[in-house]
Amino acid sequence: MKKEQFYYDNKIVKMFLIATIVWGVVGMLVGLLVAFLFIFPNYMEGISWLSFGRLRPLHTNAVIFAFVGNSIFMGIYYSMQRLLKARMFSDVLSKIHFWGWQLIIVAAAITLPLGLTSSKEYAELEWPIDIAITLIWVVMGINMIGTILKRRQRHIYVAIWFYLATLITVAVLHIFNNLELPVSAFKSYSIYAGVQDAMVQWWYGHNAVAFFLTTPVLGLMYYFVPKVANRPVYSYRLSIVHFWSLIFLYIWAGPHHLLYTALPEWAQNLGTVFSVMLIFPSWGGMINGLLTLRGAWDKVRENPVLKFFVVAITGYGMSTFEGPMLSFKTLNAIGHYTDWIIAHVHIGALAWNGFMAAGIIYWLASKLWKTELFSKKLANTHFWLGTLGILFYAIPLYVAGFTQASMWKQFNPDGTLVYGNFLETVTQIMPMYMMRAFGGTLYLAGFILLAYNVYKTAKAGSTVQDELVEAAPLKQISPSRAPNEKWHSWLERRTVLFTILTTVAVLIGGAVEIIPLLTVPSNIPVISSVKPYTPLELEGRDIYIREGCNNCHSQMIRPFRSEVERYGEYSKAGEFVYDRPFLWGSRRTGPDVHRIGGKYNDNWHFNHMYDPRLTSPGSIMPSYPWLLTSDLDVSDTEAKMNAMVTLGVPYTQFEIDKALFLLRNQAEEIEQNLRQDPEFVKNYGESNMQNKEIVALIAYLQRLGTDIKKGETAQN
Amino acid sequence: MLRFIKHHFDSIDDVEIYPIISLILFFTVFITMLFYVLKMPKKNLEEISNMPLEGNENNNDYE
Repeated sequence: MKKEQFYYDNKIVKMFLIATIVWGVVGMLVGLLVAFLFIFPNYMEGISWLSFGRLRPLHTNAVIFAFVGNSIFMGIYYSMQRLLKARMFSDVLSKIHFWGWQLIIVAAAITLPLGLTSSKEYAELEWPIDIAITLIWVVMGINMIGTILKRRQRHIYVAIWFYLATLITVAVLHIFNNLELPVSAFKSYSIYAGVQDAMVQWWYGHNAVAFFLTTPVLGLMYYFVPKVANRPVYSYRLSIVHFWSLIFLYIWAGPHHLLYTALPEWAQNLGTVFSVMLIFPSWGGMINGLLTLRGAWDKVRENPVLKFFVVAITGYGMSTFEGPMLSFKTLNAIGHYTDWIIAHVHIGALAWNGFMAAGIIYWLASKLWKTELFSKKLANTHFWLGTLGILFYAIPLYVAGFTQASMWKQFNPDGTLVYGNFLETVTQIMPMYMMRAFGGTLYLAGFILLAYNVYKTAKAGSTVQDELVEAAPLKQISPSRAPNEKWHSWLERRTVLFTILTTVAVLIGGAVEIIPLLTVPSNIPVISSVKPYTPLELEGRDIYIREGCNNCHSQMIRPFRSEVERYGEYSKAGEFVYDRPFLWGSRRTGPDVHRIGGKYNDNWHFNHMYDPRLTSPGSIMPSYPWLLTSDLDVSDTEAKMNAMVTLGVPYTQFEIDKALFLLRNQAEEIEQNLRQDPEFVKNYGESNMQNKEIVALIAYLQRLGTDIKKGETAQN
Repeated sequence: MLRFIKHHFDSIDDVEIYPIISLILFFTVFITMLFYVLKMPKKNLEEISNMPLEGNENNNDYE
């Protein structure tokens, strides 16, 4: 058959490569800023948009969606064209995908520091950006499927299956987790409340790890590792088993983020079982990747790209061993809310994602610019800086996690806590935070070497954008199965059917877990004393969300003796029915605040927000002086309450009509409380504190976890 | 106080059906897939796994 000539689009790959490097530096730099905030909590004093609660989501989003996201697209656009022997379906769509994604990142980098956030982890962006993400994702999907349909290669290689699973699942997860009711251009409320919101969020959150940070990168592994080592994958059979079992199991594992919480027990157990099973496909994949290098280990010594791959795949093996282990309730009871989890995810991010990206970038740089890499020596230096960086990052945090968890749980013989003051458990691990920041610095230094190396390579290399290739077009054959064709071969060339089956596989898990929670209202026992927030508390809660308090403070007391002793009665599902979004948190850099209401007086909160070190010497919490000077914006209060009514919160019409009156009354009461302190009168006597944001926040904090106590009093 | 968490799903009829459905589904899919993979002819597998490598000219049929 006559061969056709066509060009591979290398320009789009270059664009994504450059974006990967730029956002990689930015994301890691923000990470480093955040790490230093642990050690010097004051160094950004007074700058609201650089406070920890706002920068932390910026770091996670930048690294996940900007750095790893662009690196995935870079690898996908390179490998897909070659595996399918076709140029991407549409250059225009490729460009829209690229620039659209970069614009979304810029929008995130602006809105998150401004405090415009929905607070749900890794899904913090507000609704207009969520819609933009959906549109760009669809553009990418059309481009990918279009390329598959015009391919010159009958069979679809396993890497592309992973890309397709990513495309479908991320779309489903993103849409369902971001269903929210807009109140204004940059404020919305989740359509789910409390336990349901938590369940949907972690179904999303875990699968963001699974289907954004894992499956597409596994696809890249199945293409680039054989390519660089110049030998086929160890076992193609294993790769098929790996694919189907991984996508089928992963989608169930979300609830392991909610062990011992108010989530129903059966859902927790389901999460544990599937998480433990996940070790099999994950390790199958790891072994498949590593053994691809069988007989080529000598190349690992000479080729920096393979070095990066080996450490990346080893990191994948480590974090996928740790994941199932952490899903056992016994270990989860220790690890959850501690730095152990931060160490765990950074093994994934720094080793698996970061090193896969680095390896691919080095390899692509010489291919795309058609020249040797500028300096192999620099790449090797990067490799060692990066590897040491990972170790210096992770090991201290493992120690910190264990240390803090055991300090939280130690009792004196008389039944009191040995470390009753939470702060003692924080100051104990400060040296670990310093080592972590050192590790991060090493890692970033290595990555900057990569940027320099690629820049020099590009300067020396050719500027030819596209690559001429030739391949025969596909013979037309019947869409039905050929007489001697195997079922799976046939399935693989029926792209659409294959995609649908993949979708079904991932949907089953989500559906079985979530539908019972959503459809049966009676499954969350109603606690009659739990009432909706007052207008002032609602505004206070939105300030809590804006400042990202949930990044460091949980609102979920687990039913352990050590937690009940420290924080108070453990949290019940029925207490969160009006929480949109839920704010359970995932890390306790500071103590749990679910029962903070009534624990301290209003003045304590006032002083603590102004400067945490006034009330708690040695605290590493940022200070929030702007809350004392900014007026509370009440222009949306009624709209917010109306939105809540639409979502099912039982505010009466009277409450909505009188919202501002009720709000002012409660604010005035708090100001009167504050004025009982002569110090307050001396310093702020003239200022109208009742109009400031701090009053709303105090109202919310004083309400937290108190409804259930009222219930007890009533019963008694 | 345990009454608040102990009986979450008692109100749903036959709630145990959900984990059972999931178990059966998972194992059926897994076993079918495994059976299928083990039956794949070696020649096809070799051709497919050579796809990322250079000089792979045979794009039209392996079936």
